[in-house]
Amino acid sequence: MTASARLGVIMLCHTALPRAAQVARFWLAAGCPVVLHIDQAAPEHDLAALRDDLGEQPLLRFSRRHRCEWGSWEIVRASQDAAEVMLRDFADVNHVLLSSGACLPLRPAEDLLAHLNARPETDFIESVAITHATWIMGGLSQERFTLYFPFNWRRQRWLFDQSVEVQRKLGIRRKVPAPLEPHMGSQWWCLTRKTLQAILDDPDRPRFERYFRRNWIPDESYFQTLVRRHATGIESRSLTLVKFDRNGRPNLFYDDHLHLLRRSDCFLARKIWPEAEKLYGFFLSDKPASLPPVTPEPAKIDRYFELAERQRFEGRAGLYMQSRFPSFDVAGTARTAGPYSGFSGFDHVFENFEHWLGQVTGTRPHGHLYAPERVQFHGGAQVWHGALSASAGLRDYNPYMFLTNLLWATRGEVQCFCFGPEDTLPDGLVDFMTHDPNASLSLITGAYLLPLFRGRPPKGELLAHIGAMQQREQAWISILRSRWVQARVRIWTLGEMLADPAPRLEELVEGMGGGAGLRAHGLPALRPIEGFDAYLAQLRDKGLPPAILKEFQR
Amino acid sequence: MFTPLPNALDRWYRFRMDWKRRRLRARAILRRGELTCLRRGSWDRDAILLFCTIRNEAERLDWFLHHYRTLGVGHFIFVDNDSTDDTRARVLALPDATVYATGASYKAARFGMDWINWLMLRHAQGHWCVVADADELLIYPHWQTRPLPALTKWLEAQGQPVMPAMMLELYPKGPLDQAVYAPGTDPTTCLDWFDAGNYTITHKPLLDCLLIQGGPRARCFFERAPNRAPTLTKLPLIRWSWHYAWVNSTHSILPRALNRVFATDTGERVAGALLHTKFLPTVVEKSRIEKVRAQHFGDAPVFDSYYDSVAQAPDLWCPASTRYGGWEQLEDLGLMSRGGWA
Repeated sequence: MTASARLGVIMLCHTALPRAAQVARFWLAAGCPVVLHIDQAAPEHDLAALRDDLGEQPLLRFSRRHRCEWGSWEIVRASQDAAEVMLRDFADVNHVLLSSGACLPLRPAEDLLAHLNARPETDFIESVAITHATWIMGGLSQERFTLYFPFNWRRQRWLFDQSVEVQRKLGIRRKVPAPLEPHMGSQWWCLTRKTLQAILDDPDRPRFERYFRRNWIPDESYFQTLVRRHATGIESRSLTLVKFDRNGRPNLFYDDHLHLLRRSDCFLARKIWPEAEKLYGFFLSDKPASLPPVTPEPAKIDRYFELAERQRFEGRAGLYMQSRFPSFDVAGTARTAGPYSGFSGFDHVFENFEHWLGQVTGTRPHGHLYAPERVQFHGGAQVWHGALSASAGLRDYNPYMFLTNLLWATRGEVQCFCFGPEDTLPDGLVDFMTHDPNASLSLITGAYLLPLFRGRPPKGELLAHIGAMQQREQAWISILRSRWVQARVRIWTLGEMLADPAPRLEELVEGMGGGAGLRAHGLPALRPIEGFDAYLAQLRDKGLPPAILKEFQR
Repeated sequence: MFTPLPNALDRWYRFRMDWKRRRLRARAILRRGELTCLRRGSWDRDAILLFCTIRNEAERLDWFLHHYRTLGVGHFIFVDNDSTDDTRARVLALPDATVYATGASYKAARFGMDWINWLMLRHAQGHWCVVADADELLIYPHWQTRPLPALTKWLEAQGQPVMPAMMLELYPKGPLDQAVYAPGTDPTTCLDWFDAGNYTITHKPLLDCLLIQGGPRARCFFERAPNRAPTLTKLPLIRWSWHYAWVNSTHSILPRALNRVFATDTGERVAGALLHTKFLPTVVEKSRIEKVRAQHFGDAPVFDSYYDSVAQAPDLWCPASTRYGGWEQLEDLGLMSRGGWA
């Protein structure tokens, strides 16, 4: 390459110096002068190794070393010193790029040079007026400029927080030195010689420095503010890709991000994990130049990291796992993974109810999931999705997670099942479903009487059994009719349903999107109930309380 | 499902568990005499250490070492509990292993945890450690492209000293003794099925940990006594401090706060999986021996029928089993999570 490249690169390095050397060589090979700032904290022998590694280079300089702690003024000092060296020693440099030792160029140096040469007057620096900067991750925005920050945020967190609190209480406000207007943005910029020189030679520099020295994270505001005073053409966009997480820490890039990084529209990326052999190997070689170019899709990168963030903070609804175990009262979240419908009593009233429901709605309805003997999965299966066993013992060990597991394993497919007071589901589970927006529960109260009427032997004495069933059902209904119900609940008495089943079933099926199926298959037949009135009379004569009897009468 | 404890009760439990922690640590120190050091290696200050109690695992050893070396484990610390095959000779020959031997009872040492507690107290201060049995292979999101040091560095930045990885039991299709396994090869090619979604989780307030049960063993052997089904909760990756003590296996640890590896708002935190390769063909023979030794479960006789069933080489496979297809699949199924580690 020619020695006349007009881009100079400043690199602030503090760990992983061999990687920094590798990147420095990349820029040197392209003919770009490089000024290295090595952190004061870096061990002497690492620095010696770096010097040996790079050897004598006419285009390489080292600037005065500072101890750059995160968010400290020293970072700005280091940048200023390095910039001075760059402007002094390399007269033909027109753009100066500030990068770190953990930055990796994503495109051939020629691309960046061509980009800058085409825009010789443009400063590339993210500089956002703070009144609009709602994007700041974790931390203060406006107050960065109006409070004093004598303590280190990383090392003296307690003191830091206290001092902020006290200043807020006392109403202490610093004045931004006129005529500056506070701006903020990414620390990594690329400025023209003209602008940078103007910032460094500003007659008011000592006054501004006194102010910024006590700012919080001045490396994100010093140049960003001053550039507004001196620059003529600002492109408020950093050439360096940085993805912050919600705590304001930059995400690291690893080998598996290679394809993602190729989609970036930026020229550099940070931070790179120092051991990312594949990334360094790829981007520092001639491969990016030789491979056919990919269309930049920065939105794809954003989406990838946003998804991870969302997974971390919002999680996947309905998932209960080793690292996600939400309490039920977290507001506004579904407790289960997908919609489901529970039907109580319908199978006793209608002929082949599950089969009909499956035909009409196109689902695979289960029988009684909580039947005492075993789980009645659709088609009598022994195991269902997710290897969920039909064993009653396993189900009853944790009936809640049986349901959440079923819904998680079959997400994407609406689940329908029967239940009833004769099943072993705990009342708490009804409560659970009642407060779940995914649930829709339909009950025909009193339908538990029909199997008894058809000859199924009761558990224990007949009236006691009926009484227990009735009590259980009443308990459920008081839950289902409570305030804050999230589920879609429909309750009919047996008498009401028998009197006029058609519109009620239609309402149900329409709600599940089965209108077309209903027209094709019609309504299910009622199971025979001849003699039911006589059976009721018989019960009445045996001594069943009239309050219960009323439920069944048409 | 998760219900926060009232403050006073929480403090009381913390107080009780703090004493339990001290007792466990004292117990480990008292039992240190059971261990004899056969070979002492050395390691870097930032090396990731692996602690493993081992007995007759010659068959699994090669892949175990290969797996964890690839992940970036710097040094292995083995406790050999009276192996009768060539396990001891082989771990002694390793360049990157420290070997202790003991002839004492595994069960009396709280299933080896007294030994591990002592050795970690002795060697692990400040180190990131993996604690795994020879039949447990740790995987986590991006494990093929990002070795353990990348993960531990990220965990440190998150201020999280422990990563959970539930046991995922792998099994073959067909009777257990019909599968073919060549030592030194990847066991997941021979054991390539697992249960995707039949795990139940209960929160244990005393230790503030989760009790995960389920999987093929619960499904096939513990239908009648699901509360007896093996615990699948594991915390195999931890940055050790001398304050810590394992409670039972690596299912739970003290101080209590370390067990809080799960989010109770709606988010997900990072979690891996421990691929359990117990069901290699030799398990059939081994379960006959283990039944007689009765060293593995608390109330050993209750598990006789379990050993008997395994000894008959059952088929754990069912039509709803899922074929293992890597960590992306496990994350998709909600068995592990990247939890923000993009």
